[in-house]
Amino acid sequence: MQGVGMRPFVYRLARELDLAGRVSNGPEGVIIEAEGDAQALAAFEIRLKRDCPPPADIVDCIVQPIPAIGDQGFRVEASRADGTIAPFALPDLAPCPTCLRELFDPGNRRFRYPFISCTHCGPRYSILDALPFDRERTAMAGFPLCAECLEEYSDPSDRRFHAQTTCCSSCGPTLALWDAAGRTLAHGDEALLQAVERLRRGQVLALQGLGGFQLLVDAADEEAVQRLRERKHRPHKPLALLVPDLAAACELCDVTEAETQLLTSSAAPIVLLGRRAEAGSIASGIAPGQNRLGLMLPASPLHHLLARDFGAPLVCTSGNRSDEPICIAPDEALGRLAGIADAFLVHDRPIRQPLDDSVIRIADGKPLMLRRARGYVPRPVALDTDMPPILAAGGHLKNTVAYADGRRVILSQHLGDLDTAESLDRHRTTAELLPRLFGRPPRSVVCDRHPDYASTRWAESTGLPLRRVPHHLAHALACMAEHGLKSPVLAVTWDGLGLGEDGTLWGGEFLHIAPDGHRRIASLMPLRLPGGERAIKDPRRSALSVLHALYGEETPERLPTTLKSRLEPGTLSVLLRLLQTGTQSPECSSAGRLFDAAASLLGLCRDISFEGQAAMALEAAAERGGEGDGTIYPMPLIDGEPKRLDWCPLFHALLDDRAAGVPTSVLAFRFHSSLAAAVAAIAVAESIPTVVLAGGCFQNRLLLELCAEQLRHAGLRVYWPQQIPPNDGGLALGQIAAATFSEEFLTCV
Amino acid sequence: MGHGGGGRMMQQLLERLVRPAFANPHLDQRHDSAVLDVGGKRLAFTTDGYVVKPLFFPGGDIGKLAVCGTLNDLAMSGAKPLFLSAALVIEEGFPVDDLARVLASMNAAAQAAGTAIVTGDTKVVENGKGDGLYIATSGIGLIEHDLQIGPAGIREGDAILLSGDIGRHGVAIIAEREGLGFETTVESDCADLSGLVGELLKAGVELHCLRDLTRGGLAAAVLELATDSGFDMELNEDAIPVTPAVRGACEILGFDPLYVANEGRMVLFMSASVVDLALDVLHAHPLGRDAAVIGQVGAAGEGRVGLRNAYGIVRVLDLPSGEQLPRIC
Ligand SMILES: [Fe+3]
Ligand SMILES: [Mg+2]
Ligand SMILES: [Zn+2]
Ligand SMILES: [Zn+2]
Repeated sequence: MQGVGMRPFVYRLARELDLAGRVSNGPEGVIIEAEGDAQALAAFEIRLKRDCPPPADIVDCIVQPIPAIGDQGFRVEASRADGTIAPFALPDLAPCPTCLRELFDPGNRRFRYPFISCTHCGPRYSILDALPFDRERTAMAGFPLCAECLEEYSDPSDRRFHAQTTCCSSCGPTLALWDAAGRTLAHGDEALLQAVERLRRGQVLALQGLGGFQLLVDAADEEAVQRLRERKHRPHKPLALLVPDLAAACELCDVTEAETQLLTSSAAPIVLLGRRAEAGSIASGIAPGQNRLGLMLPASPLHHLLARDFGAPLVCTSGNRSDEPICIAPDEALGRLAGIADAFLVHDRPIRQPLDDSVIRIADGKPLMLRRARGYVPRPVALDTDMPPILAAGGHLKNTVAYADGRRVILSQHLGDLDTAESLDRHRTTAELLPRLFGRPPRSVVCDRHPDYASTRWAESTGLPLRRVPHHLAHALACMAEHGLKSPVLAVTWDGLGLGEDGTLWGGEFLHIAPDGHRRIASLMPLRLPGGERAIKDPRRSALSVLHALYGEETPERLPTTLKSRLEPGTLSVLLRLLQTGTQSPECSSAGRLFDAAASLLGLCRDISFEGQAAMALEAAAERGGEGDGTIYPMPLIDGEPKRLDWCPLFHALLDDRAAGVPTSVLAFRFHSSLAAAVAAIAVAESIPTVVLAGGCFQNRLLLELCAEQLRHAGLRVYWPQQIPPNDGGLALGQIAAATFSEEFLTCV
Repeated sequence: MGHGGGGRMMQQLLERLVRPAFANPHLDQRHDSAVLDVGGKRLAFTTDGYVVKPLFFPGGDIGKLAVCGTLNDLAMSGAKPLFLSAALVIEEGFPVDDLARVLASMNAAAQAAGTAIVTGDTKVVENGKGDGLYIATSGIGLIEHDLQIGPAGIREGDAILLSGDIGRHGVAIIAEREGLGFETTVESDCADLSGLVGELLKAGVELHCLRDLTRGGLAAAVLELATDSGFDMELNEDAIPVTPAVRGACEILGFDPLYVANEGRMVLFMSASVVDLALDVLHAHPLGRDAAVIGQVGAAGEGRVGLRNAYGIVRVLDLPSGEQLPRIC
């Protein structure tokens, strides 16, 4: 690991134990040569592993005896950039407690300096140009150390000894506040104070954060929040909040021990937390209809200052226009966020790697990654097979790319949806960057089987040997790679949809993954999507399709009022006609669409403006239902190749009970538990001891926990992606894992 | 069937199989018709096959479609159409009345353009083998100006104009075929553009390139020209005329109007300096009443086409490989 203060730590330890020798960073990792008394050397080895600095992670420690040369003293040597295998790089690290104390200590020379850092904390991947991680290969290269900082940097007893990112107000980056026209209003601390003042007046502030711009607004100011939503064209999607500290988080939400750990970790992600009933000091427009809030603690000294000066929750959302990637350069932000932000708090330390805020939640007591970027990237995932250098193109939405060389996979940060010119460019530059940073040029590429994903088009354009990986197999293999699982495995891959191996659309699959191949043993009964892709953005269409499957020609008379009042008669008759004829209504075995249908039939969503909105509303409603009442609706398994899980009886029961007046929250809970029971029943019948749950549907905590509980109860081992998103953000890892198998394995049998 | 949707599979079929099989310099012009030097004259020559279900639809029928399609291909080279040919493949048992209707509308369309169908052929195939009626038409036109109208004429900074509202033909066909019963009946835009092109030339508009919109719609036409010319292009979503009826139908069907078929619309490329003149001519003609500047040609690049929406977000357009498959997960 680099950038964690490993060399200074080794230096101090060696001096303490009276060892001679040297330490250097090489492309293969940290190299230590030490000589001295045998007991001291043994103690050195033990303490090296035990006492190493907190962000460090010793992946492997190889000890080799070498002849003593009668060395005197212990030296820290400059990094070497040669060699064949690239070193690791660290994700960005939130300020350590010591730096924080200094930040708020009026007697310290870095009092209120927003770029304070040390060997244990500070920006890492976001400012990285090349490895090894030394100042001259980062965005700090433009800030030569002043005499005072240089003295600390050179003093082995100082905690900033060899701190690559260290600086102070006389030699480091400076803040500036711009108005919407780009005119500078103030510099330094004055810029910060004025920015806070503008936030108090309800203005929208664009802040140059660690990995990109963020948009901030007073979370208690209903009008200001609405203004931000209107300007961003983001009517419903929940907004994350920045709070000054853990105590402030606990005022808004119930925070468990596991959640506290996530919140206060050096990654400082957005954590989805259960909202406290009495938490009233924030605007109702923050997370409409949700029982949860996304909260984050300050990830940088600048955020600490801002959050503490403001003293109350701030909305903190990514600084982009809808569908575009996050802005990273001040000038770029000024142009693209024009009309959204009223002022810009910027600085002159360039952002090299765009990184959105990561989003994570706790499910079944363990972390469940929803969006992986700042604070986690570029931590590697280990493979159990040696790979020649290879790139994976990922999916089309929530895209990430992945690169492997040897046994190590680097999964890129969340790059967003590949629909705009900007996101296509960012996809390409990231795919080009990873091999440059972490290894050798790729010799092949892997992508999804969907011919029209922009990522597939990119993979084709490289001219490298190309393999196409089935979407749901990639979901399963990503989870297996994360946990180092060996086949056989039963993979339950449930998502919105992906191109299946028979050319139809899949999304509710049970795949048996054996060492020599994989088989689709069961799947949800297909549902027609009237209007194709349009149906995905309009849950009413899935609902109508379910009703049509249930009632056929009688559908118009059976239409529940929740649906009837929301569909124009003209539209309704055309949609029914599409369902009857199959015109422009592809079949799709998607689990996600069943969630859409249920949410719509239960009157939980009208128009949706973001993917997963209906499913989130259904989950939220079910959570309000508490522990559920144990009722399971039937989902018979119909024989065939594959077997089909029939959802008609489930929906019949759901609609009958709704007509009988059973509360919506209870019905929503029953919907979840019935699906979980069906999953468990299939797993038990197949008697494969290891079950993997993957795909975007398992972002749903309730579904995940109910499935896990029932599977464990049946004596099965159950895994799901935790460090890697279960949604399409994890596909690239699965694509890399797939490349370790034969072509026969990749073809469904 | 993915090869028939006018998408990338179709293009690949052409590029990998058809073009190499006939390789010659005339084919490399990559335009709707071939321009041939014959005895000191420049002739445009084109041929097309027509397969449509249903054969009769609001706004036209297969006969009008076959004649207008060929006239349009000639017009896209700036040629004045002279003579047409037609070959009919008729399924045994096809009603004679229907055939008479089709022939009459072919003749009417040819006459309206000042041309005639001067030669032809008729074949009958077994019952069940011909979807009623197939028509193939060819045409010869004369180029009476010195312009080189075609993809090679496109220049950086050119304005991109569209002659009228889009999406009508595709919506009319699917509504009629599937009995969708939209509140407003949409009529196909099926029309002969050669007269309108003639007017533009007569007025002295220096046209750089013309392309009629057919399968794959506006998106396919512009993407093809961007690829062939190597220029990046940008379209303004707001400037592209779509009638409320077509927009509503597309919304219900989940179609993007940009990708829906047309049979009487074209895009025009020209220097910004002649746009006003061109718009005057277009607006004065019944087929160009709704003409508008919809975008511009950018720098030489990869041939990327962007669609800028009202919020300034630029979406990258792409040709689907065949039938459009949902990409959202
Ligand atoms: Fe997926
Ligand atoms: Mg043609
Ligand atoms: Zn620190
Ligand atoms: Zn300094």
